[in-house]
Amino acid sequence: MSILLNKHSRILVQGITGRSGLFHTQQCREYGANIVAGVTPGKGGIHIEGIPVFNTVAEAVKYTDANVSMIFVPPPGAADAILEAADAGLELAVCITEGIPVRDMVPVKAMLQGGKTRLVGPNCPGVITPGECKVGIMPGHIHKKGKIGVVSRSGTLTYEAVKQLTDMGLGQSTCVGIGGDPIIGMHFIDVLQLFNEDQDTEGVFMIGEIGGGAEEAAAEWIRNNMKKPVAAFIAGVTAPQGKRMGHAGAIITGGKGKAEDKIRTLNECGVTVSSSPTRMGESMLEALKASDRVTKVASNVVAKKIKK
Amino acid sequence: MNIHEYQAKEILNSYGIPIPRGRVALTSDQVERAAKMMGGRCVVKAQIYAGGRGKAGGVKLVHYPEQAQEYGKELFGRTLVTNQTGPQGLRVRRILVEEAVEIAREFYLSITLDRESSRYILIASAEGGMDIEEVANKSPEKIHTLAIDPFTGMRPYQARKIALALGLIGTVCEDCVELIMNLYRACQEKDCALIEINPLVVTKAGWLMAMDAKITFDDNAIYRHREYPDMMDYSQLDPLEINAGKYDLAYIKLNGSIGCLVNGAGLAMATLDVLKEFGGEPANFLDVGGGATREKVAEAFKIILQDHDVKGIFVNIFGGIMRCDVIAHGIIEAASEVNCTLPIVVRMDGSKVEEGKTLLRESGLNVQVGDNLGDAAARIVKMLG
Repeated sequence: MSILLNKHSRILVQGITGRSGLFHTQQCREYGANIVAGVTPGKGGIHIEGIPVFNTVAEAVKYTDANVSMIFVPPPGAADAILEAADAGLELAVCITEGIPVRDMVPVKAMLQGGKTRLVGPNCPGVITPGECKVGIMPGHIHKKGKIGVVSRSGTLTYEAVKQLTDMGLGQSTCVGIGGDPIIGMHFIDVLQLFNEDQDTEGVFMIGEIGGGAEEAAAEWIRNNMKKPVAAFIAGVTAPQGKRMGHAGAIITGGKGKAEDKIRTLNECGVTVSSSPTRMGESMLEALKASDRVTKVASNVVAKKIKK
Repeated sequence: MNIHEYQAKEILNSYGIPIPRGRVALTSDQVERAAKMMGGRCVVKAQIYAGGRGKAGGVKLVHYPEQAQEYGKELFGRTLVTNQTGPQGLRVRRILVEEAVEIAREFYLSITLDRESSRYILIASAEGGMDIEEVANKSPEKIHTLAIDPFTGMRPYQARKIALALGLIGTVCEDCVELIMNLYRACQEKDCALIEINPLVVTKAGWLMAMDAKITFDDNAIYRHREYPDMMDYSQLDPLEINAGKYDLAYIKLNGSIGCLVNGAGLAMATLDVLKEFGGEPANFLDVGGGATREKVAEAFKIILQDHDVKGIFVNIFGGIMRCDVIAHGIIEAASEVNCTLPIVVRMDGSKVEEGKTLLRESGLNVQVGDNLGDAAARIVKMLG
């Protein structure tokens, strides 16, 4: 089943005529994503790589029945692009853009609340359902179809985790990069909720980092609701206080948002937290074993481990 | 982005929020002249990108212009270490000379983003002039917060509720309502990550005044405020971090000997974690970003090597779309361009990994290739002894 994306998803790309937009449109299409339209105001009417381009999202939806948007619009126009996607009634908007001013996102987030459109990002690598569909910039080939849901604030660190999981025979149902900004659409809890209900997901791997309280909130939710095993890694144990570590949202302020606090809370709520980025895959296996789900996930994983 | 107290006050003033009379001085003579203008008795305040100045001797009440000048001489060029600067401290290059004001009451007032609710919130307290974190810990009931509606903004009735909660009545209460409305406007129009007045005072004469102010700008919004880059005081920033900013690299200097070059902030943070796990000390955090081109990698190498504490370099690149052979070329050319003779350990993953590894091994550089993240971390730590 997977969550958010599957082979039937019909994708439009906002900002398709930009360099990044076009490159990643091609990459996603190569992976098997069904890209049905592009939107660039002023360029409506042309075709790019055989894909029709429209002036507005509403038009694109009308003519192509698109239900997902991948947003590559630069920061000054990105918040508006998200609102436009929601206004056109799309089911999912994935905003890759990094650098959107915080003030712009406050009303956007409020507008989306309770509405039909789910937002992933901004400042995120996107969403991928291995073997079916990719809406984002992640390298498709490291993924493998399977039963582990992955949810992460990071980009390349997610790829690291995915590779470890794939190498261990633990394929992924869907991987969701929720992004590194202080204001994002779906949070850990929102994605966990979907994984919890997804029949194809047997376990979840979470990747967090310093800054904010999302991991702690997720830990609480997991303790009270999650039916499946969860393992995690939290980056930034060695990060200094008060410094913005790359991501706009990765900053420890006033003693809050530290990695150790997140790790402790997650542990207390039954999440297996990996003590090292080199053992993320292993910690997922541990969590699966602890809940007797290893064979459900991959029988050859057990064989591999015994061989070692 | 940080700015000085005097700049924050200028902004507040432009939004109709009263501030003490004051002048910025760049030399001790200017301090003396400014003090004369204030009538001799004034407050001399070091301007640095950190709080805690009072306790560290960075703020003084003086009674004569000569006293002000002497104190200015003492302060200029001195490195002030406060409980917020870290042990290396910050250089004092500017001094604010302000009129001394008779204070009747002190409050705390700020507006900042609350990540949990994705709303801007106003925080107010009748315990002004203190560390607000401490107040929040010891007496949370003394803190009033207000979530601001993203569509209607701050409403006068909400500002009034806060002003009354602070115990203000009469005209000064009305003044406070207006001040809060203006503060919110400033926060929005100036794209502030934080706008804080601590203390906001009621003077003995009965007027509201912002005695100290702090503003940080949302870095993502700098592009739409052309005047912001010119407001930066580079003397308050690490020169290496300034350099990195020019090439769009996220760089933070740390204290160790292993220079790090990574693509992606999360992976870069995890790289620091893994080096420490294997007994090494990272010299820096550096995120080279999504497009690890030869130029960016070269600039990253140069910046890392400018830190003389660096004895070796750890490159951790997970090439997503970028192929590893292309990345390897980038590393080889960059290292050669900057004449890097230090030991380098590269850990690459993604596509064309073997081609990339071969290129590195045959490059003639003092480079080793790690089989995976743990192996690479162990190697660099070993190479540096």
